[in-house]
Amino acid sequence: MQGFPAKAVPPSDDRRWKIIDGTMRRHGHEAYALIEVLHTVQETFGFLSDEALQYVAVSLRVPYSKVYGVATFYHFFTMKPPGAHTCVVCTGTACYIKGAPALLKAVEEVAGIQPGETTPDKQISLVTARCLGACGLAPAVVFDGEVAGKVTAAKVKEKIAAFAAPELEPAGVGA
Amino acid sequence: MNHDDLNNIALKEQQANMKYEHTINVCVAASCISSHADAVKTALETEVKARGKEDCCRVKGVGCMGLCAAGPLVSADKSKKMYQSVTPIDAAAIVDNVLAERPVQQAIVLDPKLPFFTGQKKIVLENCGEIDPERIEDYIAAGGYDPLFQALTTMSPLQVIEQISKSGLRGRGGAGFPTGLKWSTVAKAKATKIKYVICNADEGDPGAFMDRSVLESNPHRVLEGMAIAAYAVGASKGYIYCRAEYPLAVKRLRLAIRQAENAGVLGNEIGDTRFSFRVEVRLGAGAFVCGEETALIASVEGNRGTPRPRPPFPAQRGLWGEPTLINNVETFANISPIIRNGGQWFASIGTEKSKGTKVFALAGRVNNTGLIEVPMGVSLREIVFKLGGGIPDGKRFKAVQTGGPSGGCVPEQYLDMAVDYESLASVGSIMGSGGMIVMDDTSCMVDVAKYFMDFCMSESCGKCVPCRVGTVHMLEVLKKITDGTATSEDLALLERIAEVTKFTSLCGLGQTASNPVFSTLRYFREEYLHHIESHDCKSGVCSITKKEVEVGA
Repeated sequence: MQGFPAKAVPPSDDRRWKIIDGTMRRHGHEAYALIEVLHTVQETFGFLSDEALQYVAVSLRVPYSKVYGVATFYHFFTMKPPGAHTCVVCTGTACYIKGAPALLKAVEEVAGIQPGETTPDKQISLVTARCLGACGLAPAVVFDGEVAGKVTAAKVKEKIAAFAAPELEPAGVGA
Repeated sequence: MNHDDLNNIALKEQQANMKYEHTINVCVAASCISSHADAVKTALETEVKARGKEDCCRVKGVGCMGLCAAGPLVSADKSKKMYQSVTPIDAAAIVDNVLAERPVQQAIVLDPKLPFFTGQKKIVLENCGEIDPERIEDYIAAGGYDPLFQALTTMSPLQVIEQISKSGLRGRGGAGFPTGLKWSTVAKAKATKIKYVICNADEGDPGAFMDRSVLESNPHRVLEGMAIAAYAVGASKGYIYCRAEYPLAVKRLRLAIRQAENAGVLGNEIGDTRFSFRVEVRLGAGAFVCGEETALIASVEGNRGTPRPRPPFPAQRGLWGEPTLINNVETFANISPIIRNGGQWFASIGTEKSKGTKVFALAGRVNNTGLIEVPMGVSLREIVFKLGGGIPDGKRFKAVQTGGPSGGCVPEQYLDMAVDYESLASVGSIMGSGGMIVMDDTSCMVDVAKYFMDFCMSESCGKCVPCRVGTVHMLEVLKKITDGTATSEDLALLERIAEVTKFTSLCGLGQTASNPVFSTLRYFREEYLHHIESHDCKSGVCSITKKEVEVGA
């Protein structure tokens, strides 16, 4: 085993690593900044890749096992790259009472994915949220960052079909 | 900045406000934004400009007005006129209505005299829907930060704590611990270096959005409460632990902190005194258990959010081993009115043991979903049927779920009960942070218990065995009941596991995870039995498959 390098080197020359460095610098590369840094990584890259976790571990001088532990402990962090479109179904109590399970079923019927999964063509990801705090609009779904309120199963199917449709070229199957 | 400078800012802002004959307020809290309130605001601004009336009429983005179901909401001239479900197309009509009293179509008119509005008493939310959450001057003009300066210059820390104790304020996060007592414990504790104040804004209860609304509508109120608390207990550093799922709240908090530091109401030597206090935002990452204070501290320190046994309590040894005061958003939002009006005034509101008001997020099967603030001691019936406007579609009321996954379901026979900490506990539920989900007969209570158990199971941090294993097994039994394969022995088993989990878990999550099971069993036992004996769900929620037709997934 080789020791830690004096200064961690970003895994690639992607300029986005500078953003990660910025957050770490702002916190003086202290170990307690771990969660803040992981937030920045996810905001920047969309998910936490293995190489990002290793880079953060070395930079903050925190064991990789701990970084991995923290990343997997919190629901907000995801280690899988998201699809081109995301559909977040709120499963908070108000939405649940008002029919969120039917919405999840509708997505499953159309796209064939369960919560936490992405379609094989990497077009659509289905995620559940514990509560968006939009209980007044229950049931609520976030389609690509836009909150839709009082959603019906038909509306979900329509939206998912619209997500899938433009990319119907045959090349999309393999990936 | 000293007290006179603050008064000058307030005066200048008030004079600037007087210049305008009309003010049109547009709600720009998250719920209305999701229904495109920002487009409405832009349209209103354009219409005012088109009429050349910018000098006498202004359009202002404000915080939550409460009736989220009817958003986007617009109000004008100190809420004398209100409009609901506004679209950008309605902008011209609204501007004409405000400026020239020309009538608008009835569909968008909202009566400010509805019981939903008149039945409330606002202390925490008093400025919400009136002030611009993104301008500190607006908050100062409404009397903000004056109580902080009052405390710093005319009161000793001990006197501040005395007022809080006198007020009878209890923690609004759920458990209802007396705030004054907590503060004096932290004040008496000795720090190695410095003490900390933490604001718990990790509103993890599904179905609760009170804290989010306060943070989005009036972030300065929370900062001021924290600063007063810091002065009282002798802390010099504060953290707000806020959910990452609330990006708008985080953005407004960060902006508010910057503004407060620039204005000199936060930072070094506040108000030319020796008191210094800085605040930072820390993002949560979606772990319900982080609402537990020791888990929250672990998370602020950058670790996995697992709780540890208490004592020592955070008041003695909290963040980085130092004495730490942790209060909820709503608790902090109550502080500055108490300092302004005195503890006696606050104690005159509410019931004997629960003082003041409580903000509830009313949602589920009720007509007026939204945010309400009522004095402690009003009845559930008043909340659900008067303010909430009853159950939609002529359905029958079944229960109110309070306190989220740690709470319980209150059935119809207790509708006339006065709501406070003790009464809710006596019927097997808890006050919790203030989520109130109304259910009608389309909800199956076993399914509801299963829903909350599923939540607790996935949120269990896994540190202690009773919670980690108990929730899994309780969920298994509940699943068996809802798919019609359970026997009466399973029901006995469920009760036994619930009991063990309650009494042996390490933290609040596990200790209260059984509550939804206990309370539904207590009031809706016949529903459980009906599932088990008749293999049928009366509400039609559970898809009961008879054994012989069972198909593998």
